[in-house]
Amino acid sequence: MEGGYLVQIIQLLLFLILFPLISAIVLLFAGKSFDTSWIVKISALGIGAVSLYLLAVGFDKGLITYAVSSGPVDLVMIIIELVIAVYLLYLGIRHKKYSAVILVLVQAALILWFEMTYGRHIELSYNLFFDQLSIIMALIVGIIGSLICVYSLGYMETYHQHHPEIKDRRRMFFFLLFAFLSAMFGLVFSNNLVWILFFWEITTFCSFVLIGYSQTEEATNNAFLALSMNLLGGVAFAAALIYIAAMDPSGRLLELNTLIHSGYVFAIIPAVLISFAGLTKAAQLPFSSWLLGAMVAPTPVSALLHSSTMVKAGVYIILRFAPVLTGTTEGLMIALVGGITFLLASCMAISQSNAKRVLAYSTIGNLGLIVACAGVGTYNLMWVAILLMIFHAVAKSLLFLCVGTVENRIGSRDIEDMGGLIERMPKLAVMMFIGMAGMFLAPFGMIISKWAAIEAFITAPFGLVFIVILAFGGSASLFFWCKWMGKIISVMRHQENLETGIRPEKWAVLYILTGLVVIVALIFPLISSALIEPFVMQIYGETTRLAQANITIMLLMLGLLIIMPFSMLFTGKAPRMAPPYMGGMTTEGGMKYTGSMGISHDLVLSNYYLKNYFGEEKLFMTGTLVCWGLILIALIMIVGVIL
Amino acid sequence: MIPEPYEAIVKAIIYLLLAPVLGGLIAGIDRKVTARMQGRVGPPLLQPFYDVGKFFEKENLVVTTTQNFYALSYLVFMAVAGALFFSGGDMLLVIFAFTLSHIFLVLGAYAAFSPYSHIGAERELIQIIAYEPMIILTAVGMYMVTKSFYVGSIVQSTTPIILYLPGVFIGYLIVLTIKLRKSPFDLSTSHHAHQEIVKGVTTDFAGPNLGRIEIAHWYEYVFLLGVVYLFFAWNPFIAIAAIIIAYFLEILIDNTTSRVKWQMTLRSAWLVAGTLGVINLGVLYYLRMVVVP
Repeated sequence: MEGGYLVQIIQLLLFLILFPLISAIVLLFAGKSFDTSWIVKISALGIGAVSLYLLAVGFDKGLITYAVSSGPVDLVMIIIELVIAVYLLYLGIRHKKYSAVILVLVQAALILWFEMTYGRHIELSYNLFFDQLSIIMALIVGIIGSLICVYSLGYMETYHQHHPEIKDRRRMFFFLLFAFLSAMFGLVFSNNLVWILFFWEITTFCSFVLIGYSQTEEATNNAFLALSMNLLGGVAFAAALIYIAAMDPSGRLLELNTLIHSGYVFAIIPAVLISFAGLTKAAQLPFSSWLLGAMVAPTPVSALLHSSTMVKAGVYIILRFAPVLTGTTEGLMIALVGGITFLLASCMAISQSNAKRVLAYSTIGNLGLIVACAGVGTYNLMWVAILLMIFHAVAKSLLFLCVGTVENRIGSRDIEDMGGLIERMPKLAVMMFIGMAGMFLAPFGMIISKWAAIEAFITAPFGLVFIVILAFGGSASLFFWCKWMGKIISVMRHQENLETGIRPEKWAVLYILTGLVVIVALIFPLISSALIEPFVMQIYGETTRLAQANITIMLLMLGLLIIMPFSMLFTGKAPRMAPPYMGGMTTEGGMKYTGSMGISHDLVLSNYYLKNYFGEEKLFMTGTLVCWGLILIALIMIVGVIL
Repeated sequence: MIPEPYEAIVKAIIYLLLAPVLGGLIAGIDRKVTARMQGRVGPPLLQPFYDVGKFFEKENLVVTTTQNFYALSYLVFMAVAGALFFSGGDMLLVIFAFTLSHIFLVLGAYAAFSPYSHIGAERELIQIIAYEPMIILTAVGMYMVTKSFYVGSIVQSTTPIILYLPGVFIGYLIVLTIKLRKSPFDLSTSHHAHQEIVKGVTTDFAGPNLGRIEIAHWYEYVFLLGVVYLFFAWNPFIAIAAIIIAYFLEILIDNTTSRVKWQMTLRSAWLVAGTLGVINLGVLYYLRMVVVP
C-alpha cells in the first residue's frame, strides 16, 4: 500500500518522542514503595527496540516530511518554556548567578517577541521530518542513551552508599534522564526550527539540573556555568529564528529542509547563528569549560552528555547546516574553531591524570574534528563527520561507564591509581582496552574516520591546514591514550581481585557496549552504504566511500587483532617467570627496592604528563582567544551580509 | 592504480620472505661501518643472524606471559605494514598499521612494570608522537605530487618526486634517525651497548621475544628505506644510490652526535615537520590548487 509506511514511520517518531516522556513522568510520580527499576529497564528496552525497528522500516526511504498540526503543540511548548524560564530565574537569583539570570531574561524576551510578532501568524505544515541522519541519531540516542539509563540504576545505588551526605533525588534523576532522551528524539525529528529550539532548551535545562545533582557548591557553580554558556547559544538560536521570520513572513523558511536549500545569501545568517549555538553545545573552545565542569555529575550523566545527547545535538545541528556553510568564509571560520579545538584539546589531554578529564578533553577534541568536517562541508567530509559521530558515541560511552565502574570499586578516578587494573579487574580492563583501541588504534572506528578525513581534506579548499592539524593532533591523542592503556595493562603482582559485587545489569550494559565497539568497526561499510551514503547523496548529489580493497584489508587486520590474543594459548612450553630487571637490587619479587640504610621502598611508576609543554592554562587561554577571534570574524561577516 | 590482487599477494609474500634477510644484512653492514668509524674491526657481517638464532635457542623467560602476545603482535603488524607497502597498498593504511605495531611494543614494555621498561615505554611514545606528523605529511606530499596514496601508483610515477618535496625529504630523514634508533634520537633504546636506562623499552624482553623484536626491526628497516626509494622512484639507480647515501649519513650522524633529551627530540622533530614539511606542502598546495587548478 502506497504511503502505508508513512503512517507507520510517523507513529514511530511520535512514539520515540512521547514514550520516554511518559516513562519519565511515571518515574517521577511513582510511589516510594514501587520498584522503579523495572520501569527503567522496560522503557529502555522499548526505546532501543523501537529505534532499531525504525532503522528496519526507514533506512531506504529517504527524506520524508510530515504535516503535523502545530497549534496546540506550540502553545504547550511556550508554556513549558516560560515555566522553565521562571524556575531558572528563581534559582539564578537564589544562587546569585546574575549572568545566567540576564541570559534567561534575554532569551525569554526574544522568544516572546518572536511569538507575539511573528509566531502567531505562522502556521507551519511540515513540522516533523525524517531521513537517514535522523535514523543514525535515533540509534545513538535510543540504544546508547537507554543503555546508560539502565547502567545508572546500579551506579546511583552505589553512588548514594558512598556519598551519604548527598540528598537522594533519584526519582528526579531518572525523570531527567528520560526527559533528556525524549528531547533528543524531538530535536532530531523536528523540521520546524521553533520546535528544534524548544527541544534544544530542554536539553540545556536537563543537563543543568543533572550537573548540579549533588548540590555541592562546586556542582552548583558548574551547573550554572553550563547553563550560561548554553543559554548564550540559545540566544543566538532565537535571534536566528527572529531573523528568518522577519525576512520571510510566510514562515516557510522556518522549516529546516527548506531553509538549507534557500541559497547562500539568505541561509548563511541563520546558519552561522545556529552553528554558533552548536559550538556552545558541542563545547568547542571558548565554551569548553562547561563540559569539563560537568564531570562533577555522577558518571552516567557524563556518559550521557558526552556520547549520545547534548554535545551530539551541537554537532548534529552544525551537520544539518553543513551544505550552507560549504565553501563560505564563515564556514571556514567555524571549521577552524573545530580544528583548533581538536588540536589543543588533544594536547591538553596529555597533561591530565584525572580519567574523566582525559575523556572530556578527548570528547571536545573529537567533536572539534566533526565541526571541522561540517564547517568545510564538502560531501566527503560530511560522510566522515557522520562516521566519526557514530564511532565516538559508542566508544566514549563504554569508556565513561568503565571509568565509573572502576571508580565505584577503587574509589578513585585518577589514572595513576589504575595501575595493574588487568590483574585487579581483568574483565573491565579488557573492556577499557577495547574502548580505547576504538578511540585511536587501527583498524577500529576513529582511525578509519581520521584516515578518510585526510583523504577528504586533501581535495577541499584550505584542506592542508586541517591535514596539518590532524597530523599533529592525532599524534597527541595517540600519546595520552597509549600511556593510559599502558597503565591498566601493566602487570603488578600480588593484587587482589576487586571485580566482585558489580550488578549484573551493569555487566550487561558494559558487554553490549564493548560488543558494539567491535561490531561497529566490523560493519561500518554496511552502515555507510545503507545510511550515510544515501543521506550524503540526497543532500549533495554525490557521495563517497572507502575503496573496497582497503576495507577488505582493514577487516583482515581486525580479524588478526581479534585472534592474536589466542596466540597466548599456543606458546608450547610454559614460559618461566622472572622478576623484572631492577638494576640488580631486587627484593621481594621485584616490587620493592632496598635503599640505603636497608630501608625497603615500594616501586612506584608514574606516567609522563609533560605539563611544561602541554599544560592546560597556557593552551586553554590561547585557544579561547584564537577561537573567539574566529567566531567574531564569522559574526562580523554576517553583519556585513545583513547590511 | 591498484595492482592485480594476485600480483599484490606475490609481492607481499616476497617481502615477507626476503625482508628479514635484507634487513639482517643491513644491520650487519651497519655494525661493520659503525665499528670502522670507531676504529674497531667490528663483528662479522652475519653477526645479527647469529644473535637472533641464539635468542631463539634460549629459554623463554618472561616477567609476565602477556609479553609473548605483545612481542608477537609487534612483529606481525610490522610485517603487515611492510607487506602492504610493498604490495602497493594505501600509504595511510600502511602508516596506521606501522603505528599499531609500535603501540604493541610500547604496551609490552608497560606490561613488565619495571622502571627501565617503563621509562623506555614513555620515551618510545614521545618518539612516536615526534615522528608521526611528519610521516603523515610525507604521505600527503606524495599524494600531492602523484595524485595517489597507493604505493603502487607512486612508484610508477615518472615525476622526480624529490624535486617537489625537498623539505618533506629532510623531515623524513629525521623520522629515519628516530626510527633506526640512531643518535641523537635513540632515547627509548639504543643499538649501542648500554645507555642510562639499560635497554629501555626492550629491557625486560629476553630470549625468543627479544628475537621477535629484532626480526620486526629488520622488517622495519626495509620498509623505512622503501619510503626513501619512493622519493627517487623515477630512476631506480639514483634511488638505490640515495638509499645508500641516506643510510650512510644516518650512521655518520649516529657516531658524531650525542643523545639529546626527549624535549629536544620532540621539539626538533615537530619544528622540522611544522616548518620545512608544512611550508613545502603549502607551496605545493598553492601551486596545485590555486595557480594550476
